[in-house]
Amino acid sequence: MEYFLQQLINGLTLGSIYGLIAIGYTMVYGIIGMINFAHGDVFMVGSMVSFIVLLALGVTGGSGAFMIIFALALVVVIAMLIASVYNWTIERVAYRPLRGSFRLAPLISAIGMSIVLQEFVRIAQEGRPKPMQPLITGGYELMHRTLAEGGDFTVKISNMQIMIIVSTLVLMTVFTMLIQRTALGRAQRACEQDTKMASLLGINVDRTISITFILGACLAAFAGLMFLLYYNVTDFFIGFLAGIKAFTAAVLGGIGSIPGAMLGGLVIGMIEVMWSAYFSVEYKDVAAFTVLVMVLIFMPQGLLGKPEVEKI
Amino acid sequence: MSEILLQGKGVETFYGKIQALKGIDFEVRKGEIATVIGANGAGKSTLMMTICGTPRARAGTIVLDGKDITQMPTHEIVHLGIAQSPEGRRIFPRMSVFENLQMGATVDKLRHFDEDLAKVFALFPRLEERRNQRAGTLSGGEQQMLAIGRALMARPRLLLLDEPSLGLAPIIVKQIFAAIKKLNQEEGLTVLLVEQNAFHALRLAHRAYVMVNGKIAMSGTGAELLKSPEVRAAYLEGGH
Ligand SMILES: Nc1ncnc2c1ncn2[C@@H]1O[C@H](COP(=O)(O)OP(=O)(O)O)[C@@H](O)[C@H]1O
Ligand SMILES: [Mg+2]
Repeated sequence: MEYFLQQLINGLTLGSIYGLIAIGYTMVYGIIGMINFAHGDVFMVGSMVSFIVLLALGVTGGSGAFMIIFALALVVVIAMLIASVYNWTIERVAYRPLRGSFRLAPLISAIGMSIVLQEFVRIAQEGRPKPMQPLITGGYELMHRTLAEGGDFTVKISNMQIMIIVSTLVLMTVFTMLIQRTALGRAQRACEQDTKMASLLGINVDRTISITFILGACLAAFAGLMFLLYYNVTDFFIGFLAGIKAFTAAVLGGIGSIPGAMLGGLVIGMIEVMWSAYFSVEYKDVAAFTVLVMVLIFMPQGLLGKPEVEKI
Repeated sequence: MSEILLQGKGVETFYGKIQALKGIDFEVRKGEIATVIGANGAGKSTLMMTICGTPRARAGTIVLDGKDITQMPTHEIVHLGIAQSPEGRRIFPRMSVFENLQMGATVDKLRHFDEDLAKVFALFPRLEERRNQRAGTLSGGEQQMLAIGRALMARPRLLLLDEPSLGLAPIIVKQIFAAIKKLNQEEGLTVLLVEQNAFHALRLAHRAYVMVNGKIAMSGTGAELLKSPEVRAAYLEGGH
């Protein structure tokens, strides 16, 4: 029971990161019907930029709390900004010219962009993993089981985990409000449901698509920073697996559905953690993808796939 | 006669290699109801969409109130005051009725939203009853009202209506045509109406065009075309 609780906390943390990335996949799919395979690498860029800025600022776990918070705020802004520029540019140069071309064209272009980003970062920043000292340390003991009660075990939640879970919650709430309550979100949803009609109502579709890429990049950059702080290491290749898992999460939740992407992220994170905890770490990715295959076979709509209630 | 609001000259539109409009000349004057009738596939909807720049005309010019809009992007054209209730209604199915109407007010930047919303609800009380319902679950007639209401929320100078009566019960058709007439007479709204339901449309129209195979085959006042033997034989026999 205590062991399970611990895994639940770990799964929630990992799932938050996947969920944040998954939203970018699902939104882009929703609006232009393509998978932005470079999105995982935008996440990687976010994490890499975070690393570089943290290094430049010279903050460590020993710096004062105020300094750390200030530094992180700055890092978030810079990472989001740079990831946005990348994702925006990718859409402009690699996807927009191919809109209206045959369906596979933007997909191939996306895979190309993914490789470009990876190789660029590998060459510019060297291929070695970039380790850093833990910045946010400490945590809480939630529960303790003694040897007499069946084995010595402590359920812990680290400050870092709290930060990831809470900030993801806040970010997703803000984001959901943005999509549900603002004119910008309405325009985004309109383009997703009927692009041509949106333009007939005066929506600048190209601009809305650009904004979608920017929003996705901001969430991915944030996830990139969280990843860096959680694992205390990043490299040019992290976008590949994390990207595919987040993509899986998006499909699992029902591609095109934002709550679905969040839920899918949590489920994938949970599966991965639980599998590692109870079975074998080596097969955690296999487990995650097996679930994807099962869902695709038995629930092709995904968990929260859109019910199309349309009358003629 | 009043000033010309919209004028097309030699408009040609293609879908790939297929030519859907083969040199169309037309005009709509301020304050009038103009109509285009014609059989299925004649190119009526293509004309409506070409006016809005999607697809774009490959030849010819379209001028709105002295301004050439032929090459403008769609969202800029509609910001000049053209609103369309398109073929197939195209309401946003996963948005509420209210949100659809908010979308309609995009061009107006929601400046007169409350006032215009009240007007649309007065015109179509059904929409007010359904205000928070998902638009995709509305009946066909309600969706049509929503599509027209959404177009009105833009405060257009020119309202394009593509087959507002399609697939609707006669009583609803009557309501919709009554609404169009009222908007024209009381608000001076200029309307370009496309219909297969030729009888209703011609009775309403000050100016009418008959389209056949991507060309204008005949034009005149609504009353003239109503009397024309060719029109009667082709579009009105078996009447309404
Ligand atoms: N999206 C499209 N792609 C290719 N051909 C089209 C498309 N839309 C319409 N057409 C063709 O253009 C012609 C005119 O169609 P349309 O404008 O819809 O006629 P109408 O509205 O008068 O029924 C038809 O032959 C139709 O098949
Ligand atoms: Mg048509």
